[in-house]
Amino acid sequence: MARSMLVITRQSPWSGPTAREALDIVLAGGAFDLPLGLLFLDDGVFQLMSGQHAARLQQKDLTANLQALPMFGIESVFASRRSLSERRLDEASLALPVELLDDAELGSLINRYDQVITL
Amino acid sequence: MSCSFERCLMKFAIALFSPAHSPASRRALRFAEAALAGGHEIVRLFLYQDGVHSASANIVAPQDELGVAGQWSRFIRDNRLDGVVCIAAGLRRGVLDEQEAARHQRPAANLSAGWELSGLGQLHEASQNADRLICFGGH
Repeated sequence: MARSMLVITRQSPWSGPTAREALDIVLAGGAFDLPLGLLFLDDGVFQLMSGQHAARLQQKDLTANLQALPMFGIESVFASRRSLSERRLDEASLALPVELLDDAELGSLINRYDQVITL
Repeated sequence: MSCSFERCLMKFAIALFSPAHSPASRRALRFAEAALAGGHEIVRLFLYQDGVHSASANIVAPQDELGVAGQWSRFIRDNRLDGVVCIAAGLRRGVLDEQEAARHQRPAANLSAGWELSGLGQLHEASQNADRLICFGGH
């Protein structure tokens, strides 16, 4: 059986290439039909905000790529409820459907995966 | 895996996300050396993000400092290891082989001997073939 991998993305979409490079690991694995999960943690939850204007920073918008996750077979998408609330982000206005997890659930999520990459 | 604790030989995949001047690059190299010294196998080394700088042949460390990039190149050549640099991350940060330098009309290639440029699929393949994926990032 294929080994599962959880990618934990912790950087905001406008703080350099890290958010995109974390997503690229997930999309590349999805192309091989591997069992993958993606967790938005800490500043990574800023990637989930809708209504971003990346072009004003001469950046590309990540949102469309994130919304393509189901097309790559990635259904396991999670976010930390605490990371959202610490940043006063509204759970109801996220740009894509995610499963919100409390701190205790984060631990068991990480334990469920064979490999974990944090970027 | 069934084996005794004392002689539990493992297959490691090692991923490095930080540049050659970071302590993470040195730690990754020391871990890799220790893994081989302990009889373990390294199925692949994969450089991603700023880790690609560890495969630059153009890094010149001061004489009284450790030249980690050069040590990486020697380590993978001496041990005939599979050293892969993510091609997209490498292009973005100016780590090019001859073929990519020519393709993008750049004046020079700077990929150290022993490393090759390839895609992220190589990270997944290594992770599938290894008992453990060990990542080194941050400082």
